[in-house]
Amino acid sequence: MGHITLKSVRKTFGEADVIPAIDLTIQDGEFAVFVGPSGCGKSTLLRLIAGLEDVTAGDIQIDGVNATDLPAAKRGLAMVFQSYALYPHMSVRKNIAFPLKMAGMSAAEQEAKVQAAAKVLNLTAYLDRKPGQLSGGQRQRVAIGRAIVREPKAFLFDEPLSNLDAALRVAMRQEIIELHQHLKTTMIYVTHDQVEAMTMADKIFVLNAGRIEQAGSPLELYNHPANIFVAGFIGSPKMNLITGAEAEKLGATTIGVRPEHLDIVEAGGWSGVVGLAEHLGSDTYLKITTDQVGTITLRAGGEVHLRHGDAVRLAPRAGKVHRFGADGKAMA
Amino acid sequence: MATQHSRMAARLMVAPSVGLLFVWMIVPLVTTIYFSFLIYNQLYPDRQGWAGFDNYYYFLTDRSFMEAIWNSIVLVGGVLIVTVIGGILLALLLNMPFWGQGIVRIMVIAPFFVMPTVSALVWKNMFMNPVNGMFAHIAKGLGLEPFDFLGHAPMASIIGIVSWEWLPFATLILLTALQSLDSEQQEAAEMDGAGRLSRFIYLTLPHLTRAITVVILIQTIFLLSIYAEIAVTTNGGPGTATTTITYQVALQSLYDNDVGGASAGGIVAVILANIVAVFVMRMIGKNLDA
Repeated sequence: MGHITLKSVRKTFGEADVIPAIDLTIQDGEFAVFVGPSGCGKSTLLRLIAGLEDVTAGDIQIDGVNATDLPAAKRGLAMVFQSYALYPHMSVRKNIAFPLKMAGMSAAEQEAKVQAAAKVLNLTAYLDRKPGQLSGGQRQRVAIGRAIVREPKAFLFDEPLSNLDAALRVAMRQEIIELHQHLKTTMIYVTHDQVEAMTMADKIFVLNAGRIEQAGSPLELYNHPANIFVAGFIGSPKMNLITGAEAEKLGATTIGVRPEHLDIVEAGGWSGVVGLAEHLGSDTYLKITTDQVGTITLRAGGEVHLRHGDAVRLAPRAGKVHRFGADGKAMA
Repeated sequence: MATQHSRMAARLMVAPSVGLLFVWMIVPLVTTIYFSFLIYNQLYPDRQGWAGFDNYYYFLTDRSFMEAIWNSIVLVGGVLIVTVIGGILLALLLNMPFWGQGIVRIMVIAPFFVMPTVSALVWKNMFMNPVNGMFAHIAKGLGLEPFDFLGHAPMASIIGIVSWEWLPFATLILLTALQSLDSEQQEAAEMDGAGRLSRFIYLTLPHLTRAITVVILIQTIFLLSIYAEIAVTTNGGPGTATTTITYQVALQSLYDNDVGGASAGGIVAVILANIVAVFVMRMIGKNLDA
């Protein structure tokens, strides 16, 4: 079980209205990701669900039970922190067993659970080490192990991969996805990295200034961004947002075209000069200064040999142009 | 090559200060050792010459010697217990957010700036005096018999005075350590179901071990040489109830004018202090490595 519902939850710190009012539902077994720029309130939202912060107004329900006033320990949730928050003077074994010890479990039971968790996380060889003797990825796994043994209703992750290097981050990302598939427990994951959000989530909540801009599956958000903010936030490289005459031609205030939906054409379209060409091997990202729509990014194949200063013509692919009205919302 | 040269140069550069420090340390030590083997009593200037180990023999076999050692242990141990426990509690209290935190913190530190002689006098005359003291007034107000602190519980009273002086030091060091306690760890423990007491035992105390070690080490060194508080309040009495090793040495030289015997006592005290230091370092020094 792990059905979490927030009903008009509000959080203020003094004068600052961090979260004006949020309603959201996370289904049992779902991998939900809160994504947004820093300061958008996503971590605060997670801490509200965890019970580490008190809500100013509104209700939090876990499995249909009102948990708004329950202390963190009683909510049956486990959290993995950005800094891992391991207990430095305890061995890995004791770290993982700590929640069990606090629950008053017998030593034999503790050991069995620790062993089981260590096996899942490949930590068996490190059980007697201190956190200080572990690498970043291993520490992360210990933190996850400490969460697993409690068999929580839901896991809460607060930017757990941001302290790892790029290669490790990808590996840990996959481990967490596999863990979710294995445990089938609800997971709520906070990140500012839209790639993590896209690759991991069943459902993404895009947050901005304490509001949910859009919620949906990764591809839903990618294909049908509800507004300019989501359009610009989801997808890498960023969507090109174009205002002015070209947008008005299509009856919109702003139009958005993803770099991957722009094609180099022989004639017609927009004319421009290549400013910067990034050859990644598999892809080439071209920054093109156009005469009609300013500087835009285009993703071409790896075999494109355009260089700085080359003249090109480009056109958006039919049906892949997003139109936004004056209020920033997507137009039908 | 370069490193060897620079290492050589570095040694040359530090040599003067190392030399100065060495002289600074060795001259008094050697003088004291020299005196400790002499017959040197200011009351009998005619008696001179080598004493051999006589000074040591008389100091060590004196009935009051073992008593003085015991008194030193009680004083140092008592103050350590009071200041460490009290310091932890005060630090926990001061670490909480409350109005006027800054001023309260400064006020807590204040006793540390009062000279030992002055604070001992204040305690002796204004608080503990059985006739005019504050405690006597309170006792009388409650209809109780005033208690002669320095007369009937001299060691406990001195422990109280010295603890009052050193509590700020312990509090300050422990408070600094508390402030570096990771808040995410606390939150993680909170989510793991640890209550306030469990969090204190399993997280806060282990986090504080290093700071506690520092407090014990530094205080032990300073507490072994406590003199002013005893001189001002009890003069080592009643009888020999508060005569510590340090005070015993002072008595020998100042009251008996026996420089030779006092020097021998001083050397004994130095040796004992070093033994204590080695033990303390061994026992808790490993906490400093981690």
